Amino acid sequence: MAQTTTKNAQIDADDIMISMKGVNKWFGSFHVLRDINLTVYKGERIVICGPSGSGKSTLIRCLNRLEEHQAGDITVQGITLNNDLKNIDEIRREVGMVFQHFNLFPHLSILENCTLAPIWVRRMPKAKAEEIAMHYLERVKIPEQALKYPGQLSGGQQQRVAIARALCMEPKLMLFDEPTSALDPEMIKEVLDTMVGLAEDGMSMICVTHEMGFARKVANRVIFMDEGQIIEEKDPESFFNNPENDRTKLFLSQILDH
Amino acid sequence: MLPPPATEAGITGWLWHNIFESMADFHSPLAAMRSLFMILFSLVLVYVFGTQIYGLLDFAIFSAVFSDPDGVKREACWTVQQGGSLPDGWHAACWPFVVAKQKFALFGPFPSEELWRVYLALVAGAAGLAWVMIERLPFRRQAGFLMLTVYPLATFILLTGGNIEVAMTRVAIWFVFGLALISVGRLGNAGRLGTVVNEFAGSFAGVGWLVVAFSTVAAIAAFDFNLEPVDTGDWGGLLITLVVAVTGIVASLPLGIILALGRRSDMPVISVLCTIFIEFWRGVPLITVLFMASVMLPLFLPAGVNFDNLLRALIGVMLFSAAYMAEVVRGGLQAIDKGQYEGADAVGLSYWQKMRLIILPQALTHVIPGIVNTFIGLFKDTTLVSIVGIFDLLGAGQSAIADAAWSTPVQAITMYLYVGIIFFVFCFGMSRYSIYMENKLSKSRRH
Ligand SMILES: Nc1ncnc2c1ncn2[C@@H]1O[C@H](COP(=O)(O)OP(=O)(O)O)[C@@H](O)[C@H]1O
Ligand SMILES: [Mg+2]
Repeated sequence: MAQTTTKNAQIDADDIMISMKGVNKWFGSFHVLRDINLTVYKGERIVICGPSGSGKSTLIRCLNRLEEHQAGDITVQGITLNNDLKNIDEIRREVGMVFQHFNLFPHLSILENCTLAPIWVRRMPKAKAEEIAMHYLERVKIPEQALKYPGQLSGGQQQRVAIARALCMEPKLMLFDEPTSALDPEMIKEVLDTMVGLAEDGMSMICVTHEMGFARKVANRVIFMDEGQIIEEKDPESFFNNPENDRTKLFLSQILDH
Repeated sequence: MLPPPATEAGITGWLWHNIFESMADFHSPLAAMRSLFMILFSLVLVYVFGTQIYGLLDFAIFSAVFSDPDGVKREACWTVQQGGSLPDGWHAACWPFVVAKQKFALFGPFPSEELWRVYLALVAGAAGLAWVMIERLPFRRQAGFLMLTVYPLATFILLTGGNIEVAMTRVAIWFVFGLALISVGRLGNAGRLGTVVNEFAGSFAGVGWLVVAFSTVAAIAAFDFNLEPVDTGDWGGLLITLVVAVTGIVASLPLGIILALGRRSDMPVISVLCTIFIEFWRGVPLITVLFMASVMLPLFLPAGVNFDNLLRALIGVMLFSAAYMAEVVRGGLQAIDKGQYEGADAVGLSYWQKMRLIILPQALTHVIPGIVNTFIGLFKDTTLVSIVGIFDLLGAGQSAIADAAWSTPVQAITMYLYVGIIFFVFCFGMSRYSIYMENKLSKSRRH
């Protein structure tokens, strides 16, 4: 599939992780994504913020086909995202996702949560998958919980397991959809620290989050969305210090003031 | 550390909380009234249940006749007034009657000299089931696999005698055809054939394995094991009940799962077909299904095509219970959070992997009580096959009652008590196992 990229058209095509061109999406008659154009390069860390209902989740969920876009082109790692199941499977293998509500599998132990996809999707031998799983569980600092079930862990621990589960597929890109919004305040830090660690290791990331401290620390670019559109797109320093758009200013004043 | 007060621990604690606490409050007139009422109510309950249970035990055991040493049959259970030796007004179970009819009630007219085959099948079945259910034993998965593949075939051969009539050359041709399909699949998987074939390599191999499996089964069933053939018309009693119930139970779960998944499918054609199927079978009474299968179906089949009465009833029961099971399973599927689907999609599992590894294990766990409820209902509904001339436990018991040689006023009640006890043992067993499974799963998996 990789040979069908737009390699010839663009010299730096190999460095592009994601390209969205003129993407539109409707839920029924509700126009949720309006003409989204976005290019993400390998190793980039993007933070998306914006008011609730502005389409942030929908945007990143379109990137691994949890939602289907109706117009425009999306390519991930040079693979075109269309109705071809093969392409979708290939993209999902390369893209990890972390959800607001963790979505761990409650009937499987932590270790099984982490080895499931490598064993069934990557066809990895069980022993190898467990070795990798333990490696990533150590990285998110909960190897000692490996044999417990998700219901026995705290929210912060569950979210770190969810990150480890995604990492076990050794993805090229990680998507985070408000990973800390369902957590008690004292657990937010442990999850953010894990994400900062990932960023420092050079993982490409797209994070929907309102943690502005995190955005300042790791983002290459911050994107502000409202009503299904990308309103402003800047490096964190200028995004926070001199936002141009009035809606961005209003949003920033609301979330920074309380 | 203080020891807990006597009202909180041990048997006294249990008795206190569950019985006496509700009737011990006399601090105000109202509370005293309530306590008095509870005391009276409890006494009445104890009395009513006590007399009922005593009555049953008296009928079944204390006053019952257990033996007929002189071989006088019905006279062993006659009162003086009726011409026997029991005191007038005697009314209790006449067990020698059941003992005399035991073989008929359990196996119907199955030839006595061939009964060892039934025993063998039953013992093997019980042992296999126990092996699968007892957690400490090793190789439980393999045992379960054998129980679902080898056991049904072996039982079929034992009970019917095997040696079915099929053209061996045709079976051989199908076998070779299956092997060919598998090879095509292999080559396709290796990418050595055209793109179109490569795309469907998996399906080729799958169908190939099915064809090979079916032709192997047919060949084994057609093999002459030198067993006396027993017509299914000679099966009866508990044997029929077990054959119908077990076939229905074993077939209804996978069929029901597939129907439930189909009904929730994104593809409208599949979803509509499954919905129609489910609603049709749920909309007709089982009696009608059995009647149609046994009386109407032959009218539509070409003359000379004769297929076994029991087999027709079995198919009817299977489809009927599959429709019920489908709705139970669908209830479980609906209880699964959308996030579980998304979690499975996001890590790249295919549709079938997602269902098998993530969704179904959780959905089925949620509805264990409903599944077992359907099993129990099915087990008891097997009695309806009497309507098409197949004699299950109840039917065989009823025809035993018609024997004038044992004619006494308690003849029928004794037989019904016996049949009732057997049904109760099986259904209660299923119910207890379901509760055990629920507790086990909720302990290991939940919060
Ligand atoms: N499956 C859906 N069907 C219909 N409307 C939806 C669906 N998912 C989201 N929406 C709507 O789309 C809008 C954007 O949702 P979302 O992307 O979740 O916003 P955000 O993540 O920015 O809060 C919201 O108004 C929401 O109500
Ligand atoms: Mg959202």
